[in-house]
Amino acid sequence: MGALDFIVALIRAAVFNGTPLMYGTSGEILTEKAGNLNLGVEGLMFMGGAFGLLGAFTYGNAMGDSANGVVAVIIALVCAFAAGCFGSLIYAFLTITLRANQNVTGLALTIMGTGVGQFVGEMMRLKVGGNVAISNALKLAFANSPFPQALQNIPVVGPLIFGYNVFVYLGIIMIIVMHHFLAKTRKGLYLRAVGESPSTADSAGINVTRYRYFATVIGGGISAIGGMVYTMTISGTVWNHTGLSGEGWVAVALVIFCLWKPINSLWGSVLFGALLILYIRLPIAFIPTQIYKVVPYIVTALVLIMVSIRQRREDQPPAALGTAFFREDR
Amino acid sequence: MDKVHAVELKGVTKSFGSNMANKNIDLFVDKGEIMALLGENGSGKTTLMNILAGIYLPDEGRVFVDGKEVTIRSPKDAFDNRIGMIHQHFKLVDVFTAAENVVLGLEGTGRLDLKAASSKVREISRKYGFDIDPDKKVYEMSVSEKQTVEIIKVLYRGADILILDEPTAVLTPQEIEKLFAVMRAMRRDGKSIIIITHKLNEVMAVSDVVAVLRKGEHIGTVRTSETSPQALTEMMVGRKVELNIGRKDPVDPKPRLTIAGLTVRDSEGVKKLDDVGFIAFGGEILGIAGIAGSGQKELLEAVAGLRKIESGSIIYTPEGKAPAELVGKTPMEIKDAGVALAFVPEDRLGMGLVGGMGMTGNMLLRSWHKGKGIFVDRKAPEKLAADVMERLEVVTPGIYYPVRKLSGGNVQKVLVGREIASSPSVLMSAYAVRGLDINTSYTIYNLMCQQKEKGVAVIFVGEDLDVLLELCDRILVLCGGKVSGVVDARNVTKEQLGLLMTSVGGKEEN
Repeated sequence: MGALDFIVALIRAAVFNGTPLMYGTSGEILTEKAGNLNLGVEGLMFMGGAFGLLGAFTYGNAMGDSANGVVAVIIALVCAFAAGCFGSLIYAFLTITLRANQNVTGLALTIMGTGVGQFVGEMMRLKVGGNVAISNALKLAFANSPFPQALQNIPVVGPLIFGYNVFVYLGIIMIIVMHHFLAKTRKGLYLRAVGESPSTADSAGINVTRYRYFATVIGGGISAIGGMVYTMTISGTVWNHTGLSGEGWVAVALVIFCLWKPINSLWGSVLFGALLILYIRLPIAFIPTQIYKVVPYIVTALVLIMVSIRQRREDQPPAALGTAFFREDR
Repeated sequence: MDKVHAVELKGVTKSFGSNMANKNIDLFVDKGEIMALLGENGSGKTTLMNILAGIYLPDEGRVFVDGKEVTIRSPKDAFDNRIGMIHQHFKLVDVFTAAENVVLGLEGTGRLDLKAASSKVREISRKYGFDIDPDKKVYEMSVSEKQTVEIIKVLYRGADILILDEPTAVLTPQEIEKLFAVMRAMRRDGKSIIIITHKLNEVMAVSDVVAVLRKGEHIGTVRTSETSPQALTEMMVGRKVELNIGRKDPVDPKPRLTIAGLTVRDSEGVKKLDDVGFIAFGGEILGIAGIAGSGQKELLEAVAGLRKIESGSIIYTPEGKAPAELVGKTPMEIKDAGVALAFVPEDRLGMGLVGGMGMTGNMLLRSWHKGKGIFVDRKAPEKLAADVMERLEVVTPGIYYPVRKLSGGNVQKVLVGREIASSPSVLMSAYAVRGLDINTSYTIYNLMCQQKEKGVAVIFVGEDLDVLLELCDRILVLCGGKVSGVVDARNVTKEQLGLLMTSVGGKEEN
């Protein structure tokens, strides 16, 4: 294997492993932009993973051989998104309406989400008496590139640009849309204002509660899709009860790394994806795997230090992040 | 005869828990009229205006705009009724530009057209004589620029009724004049303006009518031309108040602080103090005047040990003890030596007080390290808190009530009261009366005078030149970090001070 092949393979693996993070992170960025620090991403991704698989699996079972791959993908997406919306709706109700502490609520959501995810996943396993798996035809719909084979066969460019599963491209589109929404639209500006200074937004006639609910619920749904992408691609449509653990936390760290800008998560998730698999691709004998696994967090800490030294106001977290809003508070 | 008022309140009542902020208030403003809303701290002025702005919902009462009854449930409802409020604590998003802040919350097309917004901001600026760059980020702006953005924000929404909550508290005299010119321009334009202020000379200068609130009740409304500051004060306080500072001549002044060649740079390396030297005497009040940002804050912080000093010396001579050099000592050592700093920052709570703690807890912040053993002594600060509350008439439900929830003036009383209570031999205060009502201001002035009579060296950084002239014995004028002059407060005019503030040595610039 030549050096070029090695690099191409490494980049492909980085993108592949970074895709769940792309969703997990950009969903959380949307949430945090409105001022809600949802530490329940880990739980949301578990729920998304379990319910996405459940959806595709149930559909595959019901339809048998006539099951359509595209439909299965859509069902998995919708199920994961709905599960994430539901989970973050609980969080939103507690923190926005009842003004509970966001950190505590987020951690509780993580515990609840992992529990629910494990429960659903294990239940499926028990029911089929072994590993949950969907038919090979459906599996391919999750794993294959949506582009024609001719494009994928172009040397270097093919595998690097056209050779990924459909979720990579969906994720890129989603992030660009989100970036555009936040930066260029009126509603996006208002959403950022809510996260920076809810009392300012409120006195300008913006419905703070509505924006926070919207960002938190949609953001949670997007994060949960990340869990589904993990289950359906990286772990090969098989429920693996340890596989997902930690993904959500890396996604939260990546939010900081991306400086709360969705566009940065495009390359940030690839970088973190590479860091996650470095121990397989670039093993150094005397360094234990555990050290490799810490690297993403070390990188995040370094970014935090750099940002706080540079003190650029645009790189700071949303000013009202983590605080509840009550209009009549004095 | 029955004229339609621009805005009218009838029987408005609002309470927070057991605290009645507004009691059955009737009030109206006409078109093309500037109304000053006057009252002591905690008399319910801001609460009342927040009801108009849709921040608070009244418990009882009715609101009429142009003779029609309206219900204002939210700030949006207020805008729909053409009411706009400029809050005391600016409601701006720091990381946004002026134009982005201005279009916040407006309905319109999905796509954000900032170019159009910017040009409309420029158009409003031209009409009323503002000077603002629509693409400048708010965090890069001065206080006065931020206020301009706030005013443009409400004008952009087409507000006809403008409410300004203590707009002059943080402005320099020149900026205040500019603001008043803008207000007069808006009045000519047929807009109604309600201005909350504590400064009686401003009330007399700019308003057409004055409404006075006292303890949540509307005491009366008078035409400005038919009243006097003395009469207004009496309405406000409810009894005759002596508006004189009993300044006595310094008795046996001894050098307490001898400062020489003091040079301080900020974190960006800009010289904030340049070769500053003066002597502060015990038993005397030394006023410090200067345009905002001329180094007043840095000077006090340098003396208190909070700022790194590049060069210079600060010799401290306590009563009956040997002189000591303060440069190089820690803030705690300096404080223990008897040099106290009561600094009231622009946002009051930012420095010196912990908002979530009560008065007792905040008193503790000065004495926690003095207790014996590992447990905190709560008795003494409790007593002190009760004492400050009584002496300075702090309006609070109790000494354990979080200070964050007190009205601005009361927060300030807690801060100043605590510093005075530590019986220092040098008392430095900056903007001690910022945002305080007239009665409380005089309480503070008299406290300063008492300290002076006790032989304390009082350093008083002030904004109001009239007060400086009346209160201080000598006035040091800073200009761009340099000492522009030290003058005898009894033999100097405001104009001379003004000259010293704008050019070192008071010479006309060529």
